[in-house]
Amino acid sequence: MTIAEIFKTMDYGAAPEGNKEALTWLEANNRSFGHFINGTFTKASAGFKSHNPANGTFLADLSKGSADDVDSAVKAARKAQASWAKTSGHARAKVLYAIARLVQKHARILAVLETMDNGKPIRESRDIDIPLVARHFYYHAGMAQLAETEMQGREALGVCGQVIPWNFPLLMLAWKVAPALAMGNTVVLKPAEYTSLTALFFAEICQQAGVPAGVVNIVTGHGATGEAIVTHTDVNKVAFTGSTAVGRRIRELTAGSGKALTLELGGKSPYIVFDDADIDSAVEGLVDAIWFNQGQVCCAGSRLLVQEGIAEVFYAKLRARMDKLRIGDPLDKCIDVGAIVDQRQLDRITSLVDTHGSEGDVHQAKCDLPEGGCYYPPTLITGLHAAATLMQEEIFGPVLVGTTFRTPAEAVEVANNTRYGLAASVWTENVNLALDIAPKLKAGVVWTNATNLFDAAAGFGGVRESGFGREGGWEGLAAYTKPATAVKKLAPIAPYAPGTANAADTIDRTAKMYIGGKQARPDAGQSQAIWSPKGKLLGHVGIGSRKDIRNAVEAAAKARSTWGKTSGHLRAQILYYVGENLSARADEFAARLDAMSGKKTGAAEVEASVSALFTAAAWADKYDGQAHGVPIRGVALAMKEAVGTIGMLCTDDAPLLGLVTSVTAAMAMGNASVAVASHAFPLAATDFYQVLETSDVPAGVVNIITGDHAELAKTLADHLDVDAVWSFSSSDISADIEARSAGNLKRTWVNNGQARDWNAPDMRPFLEAATEVKNIWIPYGE
Amino acid sequence: MQTEVTSNTSELQASAAGLPQLHEPRNPGTDLDLDRVMAVQVNTSAVERRCATLPGRRSVKKDHQAAWLLKAVSMIDLTTLSGDDTEGRVRRLCAKARQPVAKDTLNELGLPDLKTGAVCVYHDMIETAVKALHGTGIPVAAVSTGFPAGLSPVHLRVAEIEESVKAGAEEIDIVISRRHVLTQNWQALYDEMKEFRRACGDAHVKAILATGELGSLRNVARASMICMMAGADFIKTSTGKESVNATLPVSLVMIRAIRDYHEWTGYRVGYKPAGGISKAKDAITYLALIKEELGDRWLQPDLFRFGASSLLGDIERQLEHHLTGRYSAANRHAIG
Repeated sequence: MTIAEIFKTMDYGAAPEGNKEALTWLEANNRSFGHFINGTFTKASAGFKSHNPANGTFLADLSKGSADDVDSAVKAARKAQASWAKTSGHARAKVLYAIARLVQKHARILAVLETMDNGKPIRESRDIDIPLVARHFYYHAGMAQLAETEMQGREALGVCGQVIPWNFPLLMLAWKVAPALAMGNTVVLKPAEYTSLTALFFAEICQQAGVPAGVVNIVTGHGATGEAIVTHTDVNKVAFTGSTAVGRRIRELTAGSGKALTLELGGKSPYIVFDDADIDSAVEGLVDAIWFNQGQVCCAGSRLLVQEGIAEVFYAKLRARMDKLRIGDPLDKCIDVGAIVDQRQLDRITSLVDTHGSEGDVHQAKCDLPEGGCYYPPTLITGLHAAATLMQEEIFGPVLVGTTFRTPAEAVEVANNTRYGLAASVWTENVNLALDIAPKLKAGVVWTNATNLFDAAAGFGGVRESGFGREGGWEGLAAYTKPATAVKKLAPIAPYAPGTANAADTIDRTAKMYIGGKQARPDAGQSQAIWSPKGKLLGHVGIGSRKDIRNAVEAAAKARSTWGKTSGHLRAQILYYVGENLSARADEFAARLDAMSGKKTGAAEVEASVSALFTAAAWADKYDGQAHGVPIRGVALAMKEAVGTIGMLCTDDAPLLGLVTSVTAAMAMGNASVAVASHAFPLAATDFYQVLETSDVPAGVVNIITGDHAELAKTLADHLDVDAVWSFSSSDISADIEARSAGNLKRTWVNNGQARDWNAPDMRPFLEAATEVKNIWIPYGE
Repeated sequence: MQTEVTSNTSELQASAAGLPQLHEPRNPGTDLDLDRVMAVQVNTSAVERRCATLPGRRSVKKDHQAAWLLKAVSMIDLTTLSGDDTEGRVRRLCAKARQPVAKDTLNELGLPDLKTGAVCVYHDMIETAVKALHGTGIPVAAVSTGFPAGLSPVHLRVAEIEESVKAGAEEIDIVISRRHVLTQNWQALYDEMKEFRRACGDAHVKAILATGELGSLRNVARASMICMMAGADFIKTSTGKESVNATLPVSLVMIRAIRDYHEWTGYRVGYKPAGGISKAKDAITYLALIKEELGDRWLQPDLFRFGASSLLGDIERQLEHHLTGRYSAANRHAIG
């Protein structure tokens, strides 16, 4: 075309980004890569090929990591870990800083490589992925520098096994590696098989940055390689980002291993538009929500919820906007939508839309698809209802599904009608509405009048089946540490054997269970006798069953929404009141504890329990969130929210104090709990419900069940409406709880047979386990 | 927003002035629809994000870049609005409008007849400009209505328009009363604009909002809508005399208002960012913004203009670079 002709058509033309340097790098490595273990590259071995999804061209041969490869990587990591952890925070900061700088120095080749390997537009890899990678290492250089003063009492976990996805290859590496290294861990990381190249380039950066040999190890391969990492017995922590299905499997594989685990999984994030929103901006926001990275984003705003009155106008504007999207060669600087990562993913998207799209009205952007390569047109499917497959299932492609709502309450109801809970966007010009809705959404991240904003300072992660744990911020850092205290084994504590002496010197008292604010007989109608060490019959407690757990969880579900909305001040008053009433009956509780244990420690345990109640009350209005300084004109509010319903298997070695500490910490943070009393010594717990009854504790906030821990833990860990399970039981149930928790990916906090010092005054571990951090991004400016 | 589209079948016709451009049916305006005005919302952060990322999303290279820059030249309202303007100064500017880029360069680029969109002057310079541009088809635009503050007596402002039209101005750039926006007196703004439009007669009217003085983007959007309802042919950001003139966020808000107005009425209103656009690269970003948000039809001088004085010089240097591969110098190009 001549200039005069272009003058008439005003076409954009091609604007290709050069890839010569990237190709030179590939050639310099003979397009063939081994693993990066103990600071050097291994010889390339048999494996698989990496292709450019935009045109199918061959990029490189990659090695398929075997169990032996993984083992030598873990060994190298183990060998390096102690001295890396002993290195001063400042020394680690210097290394992380060097990585950050090197990422910036190599920004262009990294961006081009990422785009060639993944298919994402060069605009995104250049302006979003790589800058965020550098930012993450800068931020965590700072964390390493501050570790000694700000993370006192915490230490590195050890060797971290990390498995990352293909949608943000280098960025996910950064999210995993930076905090691990900052706190003195070493890592064995497996990049996704479609996208390993930038991880291998990163290995070279590690060499240049002075990362000691063995601190970072990168093993390429498929799922089997990942499984070898996840199941390796000398790995202390597993961090995974990827699909919910694989996350579930990893939860099962690691159950009972004692490995720390964080999972960042799928989503079906709502994008809510109220009728007072800036509609054009909300439409434009969707470009960044669902057509960013071809929609292959775990937190993609993939479920559009529009207030009914503006729906038609909104859809019309959205369709017009879609038709303006440019889809094509990802290396072109003038492209909005690039290639799907792989033919298999393209097939999956195509099949989902072909099979289920007809449940609604399908609009596909009227833009030309390039010949060859893995391309899928931006797609909008409106008129779907909550029950539609595409409203529930994660598509992980450039496909937006839409429905309408009438009121703010209904918006929340529809938004939360999902198994996932990763992110959400809320569009309204009404600050009252935005700040009312954001806390009600089940999500780890909420963006108001924005979408897909990320920063190292603001933790990222989900609730429900979107996984657990946060990446970024202090909470993300803490997930790469453990308490620096020696652990002791917790010996199993069994009930005392039946004796012969009869206790009928007083009127028979019936200890019941406590469900929904009412005393409840065991559903199965069976009781268990509790004997003193000297063989004296102390009383009976009900033998709880599945049905009792079911009833208690229902009661908790009813209570948790109102209790979660109460003010910290109100919760504090109630907790103080419980303490007051327990204190008034201190002698009776002490005698009960002494009778059960045969020791004289009851009075001290009651006093400690009253103190724990005061601690919980004290924290109720002080366990504050944070306002993060993120690099926008605005703020990210890190709000601490209740986890929901927490099932607890209470400790046997402090039958009152353990229950009181667990239950009141949960209460203080706004949770409802289903507490299974000590199996061996349950009578203090059943006495305790009388204290709760007289202390204004709303029905269902605390439920107390008695019975066999192993049996009841099964039902609790299986229950899909329980959000977390804690076990301090002396029964060997940790592995079973963790394995069963995979069902709805509930949070677990189990003792793995280790003892806890119940007299330690610091309640924060409980408060952390009782809360989720939700980051609410609030850009502002008139 | 589904109103019957009646008269926009775009029978494109050469203008009476024989301009090299095609003309839309003029926007006749509508009744004042305050519900529509008050429904307008603008989220500043979101608008800024869109603008901040646009240059990274759209890029034109090589021949396309040259063509786009030439297009920008064809849309420049070459402007002098200084207290020390003289007839000689204005004649020099008009000469530049006739031959905005060196003849050889234009020949080589294949657009030998390229001219700027208009010449923009104060009232007293209209006659000089009209004479200097005789036979070129380049219209003369005059700023009016007590430019730049717009605080002279109403009847004098209206009379000034009429005088300027009489003197041969084909386009009148009026300034609105910012106080009507700041006090949310939309009726007064509508009435004022309607009166100015009436006074313009056949001359096209550009409404200068002075966006740097309107306090918020929401006010910019609402004022844009009011001026279009009152019959503006163009809406324009600035006088060039405010401390903040044309910006991308302001432009985005105004052109989205134009888009909504078109969807509603079927009439296309033009857009003119003025002041602060001095780099070729910025001009390309503006054109991309227009192409993306309004569409190609707006990439013609009858619907888009740059109010700029120093932009042309930078474009000339870029065009020379395009042809020679060597970076250029200002003194190699004729001043305007």
